[in-house]
Amino acid sequence: MDDGRISRHGSGAKLWLAGGWLLLALLAALFAPLVAPQDPLAQDLMFERLPPFWMSGSEPGFWLGTDSLGRDLLSRLIFGARIAFVVAFAAALAACLVGSTLGLISGYFGGWADRIISRVVDVWMAFPPVLFAILLVAVLGTGLSSVIIAIAVIDWTRFCRVIRAETMGQARMDYVENARIAGYGRIGIMLREVLPNVVPSIVALLSLEMGIAVIVEAILSFVNLSISTDDPTWGGIIAEGRLSIHQAWWVLVFPLITLILTVLSFSQFGEGLKARFDPVLR
Amino acid sequence: MNAAVNPCLDIRSLSAVLPNGVRVLRSVSLSVQPGEVRALVGESGAGKTMIGKAVLGVLPPSVRIVEGDILLEGEDLGRLQPKARRTLMGARTALIPQDPLTALNPSRRIGPQMTDRLVRILGWSGQRADIRIRQLLDEVQIRDPDRVTKSYPHELSGGMRQRVLIAAAFAAEPRLIVADEPTTALDVTVQKQILRLIAQLQREHGTAILFVTHDLGVVAKISQKVSVLYAGKVVEEAETAALFASPQHPYTRALMAATPRYTNPFASLKPVDEAVLAGLASEIAAADQAWRRPHG
Repeated sequence: MDDGRISRHGSGAKLWLAGGWLLLALLAALFAPLVAPQDPLAQDLMFERLPPFWMSGSEPGFWLGTDSLGRDLLSRLIFGARIAFVVAFAAALAACLVGSTLGLISGYFGGWADRIISRVVDVWMAFPPVLFAILLVAVLGTGLSSVIIAIAVIDWTRFCRVIRAETMGQARMDYVENARIAGYGRIGIMLREVLPNVVPSIVALLSLEMGIAVIVEAILSFVNLSISTDDPTWGGIIAEGRLSIHQAWWVLVFPLITLILTVLSFSQFGEGLKARFDPVLR
Repeated sequence: MNAAVNPCLDIRSLSAVLPNGVRVLRSVSLSVQPGEVRALVGESGAGKTMIGKAVLGVLPPSVRIVEGDILLEGEDLGRLQPKARRTLMGARTALIPQDPLTALNPSRRIGPQMTDRLVRILGWSGQRADIRIRQLLDEVQIRDPDRVTKSYPHELSGGMRQRVLIAAAFAAEPRLIVADEPTTALDVTVQKQILRLIAQLQREHGTAILFVTHDLGVVAKISQKVSVLYAGKVVEEAETAALFASPQHPYTRALMAATPRYTNPFASLKPVDEAVLAGLASEIAAADQAWRRPHG
């Protein structure tokens, strides 16, 4: 019992820290025009490569400095969060819906449905994900919706595998047999009895997947395959920062920190939620 | 046919095989009269649980019934369409399971789990189901039904969970309850209370019970008739009192000798004799031979 209590407290702190960061980032993204100190696209060659606020030579109003075109880094990060979050939510949700549904069917019904779905997943996962994403975007063309579709198409297998395994475990439990004896149909049992027991896993995975979507989007914008407009993206800022690393390290380091914190928070937030909402773990 | 003269449950020479051709049930015949408790005893692997599952229609997919009929109140279950069968079984049968922890859905509260079945399968109103559940929880001596119905299964003790399951089993007034070793997963002290509770509810509701157990002490306490099972074959069946007074089959005698007695706790237990097992083996082999001939 003691172990349970300790880990629960640990997960509580994790949950609040991760949730706090995500909330902050989300609010910044939602109200970007209000909170961003500068126009993220405004170039000013007089202010190029200004250092962050604590270093000498910094200018007030440019908290994290500027890049080689004199654009405010903090504002670019805040506007970049918009695209990151849109991709995270849309892509993860789409992947979750497709993957969880197929996983539930595969795990609960078994038989030939399971065989077909599992083989498709095996084949799917044989593709290297990033190459697959680049290929898909090359085919679909760049743009926000292409990125979202590409991530969903690649990552539904993650949900499918985990939910399939969870469902198989639950379907063997006596309460499922009891429900059959009570006279429920198979689909009714799947939705009413089994699904609530795999929801904690779905939630944890969904959060994790949002983090992964953020990374994949950053990778795609790093290789200039994400959105084609001038809107700042974290991956794009990192790519630009790489070019001027010797003159202005902050252009590379701050977006990296933002990216890592966000991805880490998504995964920890998911774990924390699972621990909190799973009645058996609770 | 008049329903009153039909036995509640009638199993007629039921045989089931595994994919490798091994018979797990060997022409099992047994019947349970309305309001009667029939015990099914045997060692692990004797097929007791398999019979229960066959009756309730939840055999594992790998086990195939190759012969025999199961009749519930004169109705041949094998002849029914799956949907009709489900509805009939949901209304007329129930299970008291072995493990009260896994038999309840861990992520749903007790109350809805219990009322759900009444509302969805039997078409009761939610209010009527609620009242009924409270009444049953009272009958199984749960004093704080409010707390229990709002709890998740893991918040209750094993004994409480088993009481909940007993209440749920009796709630729809089924004609037949299959009790699959309902006391095995419980503490010895709780076992006795649960057994007494099942016996009491059985008497008050007049429900027939197929009571699966490996414990002869339990058999003596609760049942009117016994079937002794070995390797999927009924080796002896009798009135409970008669069986204990004069067991006919050597295996039954050996089982009784192997039961620990409180009157002499220091006596060592007697394992079932080699000669008895050899006799059983030849009996089973002969039965299989006779069975194979007409079935090819």
